[in-house]
Amino acid sequence: MATHSNKPTAYDELLKGLWRDNPVFVQVLGMCPMLAVTNSAFNAVVMGLATFFVLVGSSLLVSALRQWIPRPVRISVYVIIIATFVTVADYTLLALLPAAHKELGAFLPLIVANCMILGRQEAFASKHTVKFALMDAIGMASGFMLALFALGSVREILGEGKLFGLALFGDHFEPWVIMILPPGGFLTLGLLLLIFNWVTERKREFLAQVAEQQAGNR
Amino acid sequence: MDNLLWIFISTLLVNNFVLAYFLGLCPFLGVSGRLETSFRLGLATTFVLVITALCAWVLNTYVLTHAPYLRLISFIVVIASTVQFIEMAIKKLSPSLFQSLGIFLPLITTNCAILGLAIFATNRGYGLLEGLTFALGAGAGFTLAMVLMAGIREETEIGEVPALVRGTAFNLIIAGILSMAFMGFAGLFSST
Repeated sequence: MATHSNKPTAYDELLKGLWRDNPVFVQVLGMCPMLAVTNSAFNAVVMGLATFFVLVGSSLLVSALRQWIPRPVRISVYVIIIATFVTVADYTLLALLPAAHKELGAFLPLIVANCMILGRQEAFASKHTVKFALMDAIGMASGFMLALFALGSVREILGEGKLFGLALFGDHFEPWVIMILPPGGFLTLGLLLLIFNWVTERKREFLAQVAEQQAGNR
Repeated sequence: MDNLLWIFISTLLVNNFVLAYFLGLCPFLGVSGRLETSFRLGLATTFVLVITALCAWVLNTYVLTHAPYLRLISFIVVIASTVQFIEMAIKKLSPSLFQSLGIFLPLITTNCAILGLAIFATNRGYGLLEGLTFALGAGAGFTLAMVLMAGIREETEIGEVPALVRGTAFNLIIAGILSMAFMGFAGLFSST
């Protein structure tokens, strides 16, 4: 990772959302919408795109307007900006993909209550220039989309034996129906988090070992 | 009357807001460490849910009939400000009630269960009485899930759980098992 200088570049802001500060696996934010709609990979991607649009749009607007938003009422202003973008996304999806809109149902408007989006406005977009805020939003939204896609595809593959509606296994495969039902959402996210923790822990141990060896060589 | 009872039981057990709809997960995973706190948070949430149902009904019936696209924005603004007003009123009128509920009220307003309730009630076309029953059921279901979760978590703190597993991953797996247990209640309504 390019962290040789103290001041992070726009590129760093883009990358951090994908793994190091991944909104789902590291910060564990925005779970309400993500567990409910990830029973198939397609739904997960549609939800991810909608969230992407809302996060990038509101980060852009908040960071552009940051000098004119009075501090005491800033949270309300962010919420109204986010709600506006969600309404736009909701009606756009209704016009373009009515079937997907019906499937996501009430969970699409609930993007408003995704704490990840409000969190980025408060923690980042309100303090940085438009360029950095845009990079941060794109990175975070992509990381969120990646996590949604991982969860949605695992659940669809195990729960239906399909990916994007294409059958993957032969007729002998008995689908684990529980995976596409609500408990499957909790269990899959729990297991994915475990794997993520394990990989991070191994990486940390490996780096510590390398540092020790280098110190020994000197 | 039958209809109201049906709404209450189905939101309490079968379509539990937390365990079947994934609404209100942030407090469910974050604040469920202690039994006492969980119970009080559950009560405060029920209170806010009932007020939300009332606000949503008023907005839907009198204000939003001509401008449905403003629904989301007006729900958020109206619910948040109503809860804030009520919080101030409680602080003035009953300091002891404020002590037990008050600290949670502003946090609850940003909980997805609150907005979820308003949207679900609208989508299903509930009237005032149905909406209030729905809110009571959702609140009771949330409290039930919180209390169960807190009870289990208090027990697991004594047990030997590997450090790597502790934390959110572990809580999610407990929630998955709880959710599986609640699926059994679906049988209650299969014949009707």
